[in-house]
Amino acid sequence: MLELDDIQHFLLTRPRALAARYGFLSFRRPDQGRAWLSGIIDRVGCGRAIASGGPLDARWVTVAFTWNGLRTLGVGDSSLATFPEEFRQGMAARAAILGDTGANHPDHWVGGLASPDLHAIVILFARDVAERDRCIREHQQYAVQFPGVEALSTLDLEATPPLDYAHDHFGYRDRMSQPEIEGMGITPTPGSGAPLKPGEFFLGYPDEIGDGGPLPQPEILSKNGSYLAYRHLQEHVGAFRNFLRAHGNTPEEQEFVAAKLMGRWRSGAPLVLAPSKDDPELAADPQRNNDFDYGKMDPHGYAVPLGAHIRRMNPRDTAVNMNRRRMIRRGGTYGPPLPEGAPEDGQERGIAAFVGCASLIRQFEFAQNVWTNDKNFHELGNERDPIIGDQDGTLEYKIPKRPIRKVIKGLPAFTTVRGGAYFFLPGIKALRYLVSLSGGR
Amino acid sequence: MATAVTATPSTSKEREWTKPQAMAIPEGGYFADKVEQGRYGPIFPKTPACYGFSVIAKVIPGREGHLYNHAKTIEKAIGENPTFLASLKAHYLRWVVFKIKGESYMMYQGIFDTDFDKYCEDASVLFGKSGIHSAFEALEGWPADYATNPASIVKFFREHQCPSFLEYSEHPYVSCEEIKKALTLKTAFSNMLDQMQ
Repeated sequence: MLELDDIQHFLLTRPRALAARYGFLSFRRPDQGRAWLSGIIDRVGCGRAIASGGPLDARWVTVAFTWNGLRTLGVGDSSLATFPEEFRQGMAARAAILGDTGANHPDHWVGGLASPDLHAIVILFARDVAERDRCIREHQQYAVQFPGVEALSTLDLEATPPLDYAHDHFGYRDRMSQPEIEGMGITPTPGSGAPLKPGEFFLGYPDEIGDGGPLPQPEILSKNGSYLAYRHLQEHVGAFRNFLRAHGNTPEEQEFVAAKLMGRWRSGAPLVLAPSKDDPELAADPQRNNDFDYGKMDPHGYAVPLGAHIRRMNPRDTAVNMNRRRMIRRGGTYGPPLPEGAPEDGQERGIAAFVGCASLIRQFEFAQNVWTNDKNFHELGNERDPIIGDQDGTLEYKIPKRPIRKVIKGLPAFTTVRGGAYFFLPGIKALRYLVSLSGGR
Repeated sequence: MATAVTATPSTSKEREWTKPQAMAIPEGGYFADKVEQGRYGPIFPKTPACYGFSVIAKVIPGREGHLYNHAKTIEKAIGENPTFLASLKAHYLRWVVFKIKGESYMMYQGIFDTDFDKYCEDASVLFGKSGIHSAFEALEGWPADYATNPASIVKFFREHQCPSFLEYSEHPYVSCEEIKKALTLKTAFSNMLDQMQ
């Protein structure tokens, strides 16, 4: 059974939050870092507390650490060496593997995220903006006691209107397909597969092929923990809308092009089930909106192009060992929405999201390296993910169509990576263990 | 501005198959100025003969017989399920046993459409399936935790890889899928001509 009293709530539940703040911290003094953490632990929600509702139900706090952060708090060298190589290196050092090149390169990242001084992140999800701002003020009053804990940067997030369903700045409905975890008692929606073994997301549990493998040491630090890959992606809404206008003469044609890039209509209706016309009722019906495959229902990509975003991020029945590649996503949008019809205003907007998993290299890095950026994914030859792939204007996008496919040459970049980091998300007992340490650097 | 066209060969590389090519490879197996980083380390370059490796390792004395049993196991597995090894994206796999000064060595040579680094976890699942692993368990240095630790397989393969210094292909850079598509098309045309009689 999952130890819900110990696992941080972050990957277990999806709170109905309309606002958030991410705080990126550096511990200039290890003792003050531990002291700050000791006062925060009681605010961090565990899986059971969140599930039971109550006064915590208006805001949700999560704390996670980089490898450098663990070291600074006093985790010893022999213990640090037992963490996986990719986590020890950090996301910035893995840029070439992840396709973070050109404008996406860590040299251009903001907020100190590429710096070895990044030690921790505090994630606050709040019911609304007023509650978020109240929590921020409360934390500022608390943190002033610890001048040795420096905020490298913060990022405020707010849901993009209209608020009736989650969507990004491009207008794509979000949160359509999420894995469920065995033991949580949640029945997956049709098409989402069986619940997965908890070891795919939490350390110390059986995974899809065995006992989950060796844990980083000591076990009290790693048990019930997860890894988070953080991605801060700027969305170029003006460029995206210009692209749609260039490839669609009518609003209907533009919607069709947008759907072909994603694999779903912006309403969320899947092209496999609604290949020629949007179907908002289908989109809003969780019993139907994820119930499809590719191998039998769309093998040649006439509905969902072989390189479409959702086909790359979840190839379903056209990839093997899919249960070893699943991830849990959390996050939201930041920046002001760009009104429909308005020209690009130069303001930054986008999504800032986390991928949660038990193995960064097997799950997140595989998805980024192979599914997102392998130019020859599905034998496509010269493509990357049209939404989040490493695009430099030289690649193309093929849309299968009878009698002859459409090939869009010189696909522009619709997103730019503005930052990222690997974090370890410890259990509650592990947080107390970190507070108990001494030394550090 | 992106442009939309209807086209067949979308890149010049798609026509490279018409001209046989050879590629000389520097000592060590990498071109120093363009080493691509994979998740588990640097990736050996793609050549006209696609990706691949030649892994040579010493056979544990007395285990040679296991290799021949392994061959029968693989033959049976493929016979029962022809797509059994499909996730490897391999053109050809060759297992060779040979002797040096009376000691047995095995060479495992594969030609792949993708670098091994990309799908090594899928390969480790395959290795973990009953019977497939037997040849490798007969080799000195094969990791005990191979079934649950893909990195250990990658490490073994890297440590025992003998990179090519020259590779050649009569149909450069052509993938298995492209070959199968071409043959499917040929069959379809044959059927069409039959129907026209």
